[in-house]
Amino acid sequence: MLSARQRWYLSQALAALLVLGFAWWLWGNLSANLERRALGLGFDFLAARASFEMGDNLLGYRAGESFFRAFAAGLVNTLLVAGLGIVLTFFVGLCVALMRLARNPLVSRAAWLYIELARNTPLLLQLLFWHQLVVRILPGPRQAIALPGAMFLSNRGLVLPVPTALDWPVALGAVALGLVVWRVLRGRGGALLGPLAGTLLFALFAAPTAWDMPALRGFNFRGGGTVVVEFFALLWALVFYQGAFAAETIRSGILGVPQGVEEAAVSLGLRRPARLRFITMPLALRIAIPPLASQAMSLTKNSSLAVAIGYPDLVRVSTVTISETGRAVECIVLILLVYLSLSLATAGLMNGWNARMAGRGA
Amino acid sequence: MSRVAALEGRPPPAEAPRTLWRRLRESCFASIPNALATVVMLWLAAAFAGAAWRYLVTDGAWVAEDIRACVAKGGFCWAFLEDRWRQILFGTFPYDQQWRAALASLLFVGLIAATAWASLRGQARPRALAACWIAGIGAIAALMWGGVAGLAPVPSRLWSGLPLTLMLAAVGTGLAFVGGVLLALARREGPPLIRWLAVAYIEFFRGVPLISLLFVASILAPLLLPQGVEIDKLIRAQAAFAMFFAAYMAEAMRGGLQAIPDGQKQAAFALGLGFWRVQLLVVLPQALRLVIPSLVNIFIAAFKDTSLVIVIAMMDLLGTANIARADARWWGIYIEPYLFIGVIYLAFCTAMAAYARALERRLGQAARR
Repeated sequence: MLSARQRWYLSQALAALLVLGFAWWLWGNLSANLERRALGLGFDFLAARASFEMGDNLLGYRAGESFFRAFAAGLVNTLLVAGLGIVLTFFVGLCVALMRLARNPLVSRAAWLYIELARNTPLLLQLLFWHQLVVRILPGPRQAIALPGAMFLSNRGLVLPVPTALDWPVALGAVALGLVVWRVLRGRGGALLGPLAGTLLFALFAAPTAWDMPALRGFNFRGGGTVVVEFFALLWALVFYQGAFAAETIRSGILGVPQGVEEAAVSLGLRRPARLRFITMPLALRIAIPPLASQAMSLTKNSSLAVAIGYPDLVRVSTVTISETGRAVECIVLILLVYLSLSLATAGLMNGWNARMAGRGA
Repeated sequence: MSRVAALEGRPPPAEAPRTLWRRLRESCFASIPNALATVVMLWLAAAFAGAAWRYLVTDGAWVAEDIRACVAKGGFCWAFLEDRWRQILFGTFPYDQQWRAALASLLFVGLIAATAWASLRGQARPRALAACWIAGIGAIAALMWGGVAGLAPVPSRLWSGLPLTLMLAAVGTGLAFVGGVLLALARREGPPLIRWLAVAYIEFFRGVPLISLLFVASILAPLLLPQGVEIDKLIRAQAAFAMFFAAYMAEAMRGGLQAIPDGQKQAAFALGLGFWRVQLLVVLPQALRLVIPSLVNIFIAAFKDTSLVIVIAMMDLLGTANIARADARWWGIYIEPYLFIGVIYLAFCTAMAAYARALERRLGQAARR
């Protein structure tokens, strides 16, 4: 028989050997297979020209630019839909959680029905359904719905004017000023004055001087920028699905606040809205934030389902790149690394936040 | 003091009886906003019920040759479902053999239900259950593959629809459970290097989307295997599922392991049991009981996530619905097939969620006792 100490060493040595051996075996197979297909391994292809179009994107990538820029544009698309989705999901979750806790049984039941429907069907099914729905219900470009601000909504997406000349430093300065005012005047009307100051500065100094206006030519719109309909379908599906989970998390946060706290607030004479705003919600969110953060991360990962409806997110760009260059290994490694670093960054932030909260004796 | 003394010995004041009318007034018409909400919700419910009735029944197309006849009626296209329900449920499985796929699905559901029922009643006999599962899986494999007892062989690339969804979910989470237990044990009890490896595994698989792993299974795996070795795509996808959900199972199990006091383990060691016996006989049974509700939730997530395999061109329930949709005669239909499989997913998932809640209630009662 081995002693405990020998076992301690032996098990670790075996594990290390096993993992290294497996990795070595995979690597050997991979290089043999790539050699047979006359494929190399390396990220130099990122500098080559990509020939696929992606539609309008924030980075302004066009066909003929490098694969690297295509990937960057895909990542920006992913972050855009995920960022907007997280903010909207939080508000949907908050509203539904409050509805679920309402005294009125009809309101509470309606919220319950939504939660059960959204949570117990696959996100991909919901996504395909909403995508088909918007594509079929919205009219074609020729019958596009005209919205205020020279915007047009059709089954291709939302066409809107884009500024051709924009003073970026001043625009960013205006946004920064708005944030500063909001931060400094917190609780003293900052929520109102901040955006107001930012908008004012923006309108006075940074207002774009020229706009590219969309106009209907033939069967489609020319000019302006397009937010594709897939973006709205994906955003809506993500918020609809994840909102139900957020609602349950926030609800259990609210229920996690001790009854005595609520009763103390009642005895101080606070009314129900004030109790919710100043007593219950701050405590409830402290409970709910860690699970909400992991839900935010799963929303980001779920945004990769975009590939099923053709919204050009990171995964979609990768699959198109694979079919164009055959660089499957590199592209898949790239996807894995990007999502992994996003997850680890979120987890790191959350751990820091938790440590701070624990330090405060929460 | 004197007031307490004065009240002593008197019965509490009689409360007004909680009649239906009173409860209704308290919950639905307590204040003006509350009453307003009640009226609005009632109106919405009535409008929705009316619209649904019209759409499904009055305007529903019960007999129709193709999509145009359905569009003309303007309601739900029942004729499509009547025409295509077998294709959606069993996909490309040979038409005259589909009773086998149906039977296999029923067996799956029966096995899951039996396991759930036994553990809810608290009479789980692991040996008997394991025997049932082994026999059941054998029967399912025989039914699906064929080639025995006079059944025509059916290659696995023709498996699709509901049996594929059930198989991916049940087999995937079954394997994931074993992996999850081992990972959780490695993370909690292992020496530093093994612990570190387990943490790396768990963090990696929880940090990437399932879709990317399915790409690894479908595109990368053939490159990582020696030349000439080909593993069926179904098995590769199944392995990706199991590896992905093992990480989530491990995290759930870890919570259960942490809740078991150290004294339990020490007492078992003192009785002279070795490491594996301590874990298998003392720690795991207790930890498992605590985490079954979260394991069921992972199972629900896995059941829903099987739909992602359509991205690598496999035909689960969602995939077969898409194929049925693509038929020239029914071109452009989407509400009917998606609603049909939506109801199937909903039925399975709500049943499992209700089971998890019942189990949690029972565990709560047991803890209070």
